[in-house]
Amino acid sequence: MIEFLQQLINGLSQGAIYALIALGYTMVFGVLRFINFAHGDIYMLGAFAGFYTAPKLLSLTGGGPSYGGAALVLVAAMALCAAAGVIIERLCYRPLRAQPRLTVLIAAIGVSLFLENGGQFFFGADPQAFPEIIADSAIELPASWGEFASLTLTIGQLIVIGSTIVLLAALRTIVKYTRTGMAMRALSLNPLAASLMGVNTDAVISFTFAIGSALAGAAGILTSIQQPSIDPLMGINAGLKAFVAAVLGGIGNIPGAALGGVIIGVLEALVVGYINPTYRDPLVFAVLILVLLFKPSGLLGKAEREKV
Amino acid sequence: MSAILSIRDLVVCYGSIKALQGISVEIPKGQIITLVGANGAGKTTTLRTISGILKPTAGSIEFKGENIGGLPAHKIVARGIAHSPEGRMIFSNLTVLENLRMGAYLRRDKAGIAEDIRRMCGIFPRLAERESQAAGTLSGGEQQMLAIARALMSRPECLLLDEPSLGIAPILVQAIFEKIVEINRELGLTILLVEQNANLALEVSHYGYVMETGRIILSDTSSALRENPSVRAAYLGG
Ligand SMILES: Nc1ncnc2c1ncn2[C@@H]1O[C@H](COP(=O)(O)OP(=O)(O)OP(=O)(O)O)[C@@H](O)[C@H]1O
Ligand SMILES: [Mg+2]
Repeated sequence: MIEFLQQLINGLSQGAIYALIALGYTMVFGVLRFINFAHGDIYMLGAFAGFYTAPKLLSLTGGGPSYGGAALVLVAAMALCAAAGVIIERLCYRPLRAQPRLTVLIAAIGVSLFLENGGQFFFGADPQAFPEIIADSAIELPASWGEFASLTLTIGQLIVIGSTIVLLAALRTIVKYTRTGMAMRALSLNPLAASLMGVNTDAVISFTFAIGSALAGAAGILTSIQQPSIDPLMGINAGLKAFVAAVLGGIGNIPGAALGGVIIGVLEALVVGYINPTYRDPLVFAVLILVLLFKPSGLLGKAEREKV
Repeated sequence: MSAILSIRDLVVCYGSIKALQGISVEIPKGQIITLVGANGAGKTTTLRTISGILKPTAGSIEFKGENIGGLPAHKIVARGIAHSPEGRMIFSNLTVLENLRMGAYLRRDKAGIAEDIRRMCGIFPRLAERESQAAGTLSGGEQQMLAIARALMSRPECLLLDEPSLGIAPILVQAIFEKIVEINRELGLTILLVEQNANLALEVSHYGYVMETGRIILSDTSSALRENPSVRAAYLGG
């Protein structure tokens, strides 16, 4: 029981990362109906944005690791990634808007390779130690919790889960209650009708890339708090898993992406804890195959109907 | 009478196919003008070009004296032309109310929007009963009412209506056409109506254009067209 709870905690904090990345895949799919294969690399850019800005930003808040400094690093990485996402869409995807979707997909793979190799060129191929932006340590659980006191829960895990919940709530508010959020939903349902309502579809698409990329950037920082070793190829594996999470939840469905991320994170932790850590990656792809075979629309997705 | 919208020598192509081969249409303020013609004549193409979804290859589209040809769709709505498209294209996962709000997307006057939503519910009581229902669950006729109401929510000066009778039970078609006439009379709204059901269209409109393969082959007052032997033979079933 304790062992299971422990794996659940570990899985949740990893799942939160997948969830944040998965949202970008699903939101871009929603408005453009294509998989942005460069999205995992934005997460890597987020980690490096933190790597380079942290020393300056931490010195603004007193020098050492601090919550204020960490928040600044998080915001800076989100902003830089949002800008990167918008620029990539503007330069690489928008000119191909009228082309077949396969063309855009291949362009995305090209952007992904560019970011990975460009990353190795500019940041160096070797793993780097991410600076300590918060003082991470295990939380001392009160002895009165009995056997539950033996659970390991770190400050880093709490911050990851807490920040993810805050970001998800913010995203939900934007999508559900703001005018731009409504335009985003309308655009994903019918781009032509949305433009007839006066929606500037290019602007909404840019906005979608900004939000999705900012969330991936946040994931890059939150990961680095827990696993402070970053490298230019770190986005490949995390990106693939988040993509599976998005498909599991129902591609295009925002709550689905969050749910899918958490499920994949928890499943991974259970496999690592109970079966064998080497099955961790194959498990995720087995999930992808099973979903595609038995419920291609995903857990929360609606089967796409042909329009009449 | 002065035209609020005038189209001159409009040519529109899909790739190498010329779908409109130079058509001219005058739409006087406050009237219902109809465009009738068989499948593939170019009616939808005409409306889509006016509303900015398609770009003209040649010719001009003047709205209130300014050339709007080639402007993007969202700028054309802002100028006062609303388009209720063929096949309705309502936002199926949004509620009826959200669909109406989308129609008012460019407006910032909250009170005015709320008032207009009430007005739409007055014109189409069925929408009021279903306001928090997902629009995709409405019947075809109700969806058509929603599409028209949604277009009206932008407070247009000119409404483009593409095949409001498409796929709808005859009894509802009658009701919808009565509403169209009512909207024209009471709001003084200019309407460009595209219909395959030429009988109905010529009954409610003031003036009509007959299209065939990308050309206007005939235009006259609607009552004259109804009496025209060749129109009767080709479009009114004898
Ligand atoms: N996206 C497109 N690509 C290529 N050709 C098209 C496209 N849309 C329409 N066309 C062609 O343009 C011509 C005019 O089509 P349009 O849809 O304007 O006709 P319509 O009068 O509205 O017909 P209907 O009554 O069936 O709606 C047709 O020959 C059609 O095949
Ligand atoms: Mg048509």
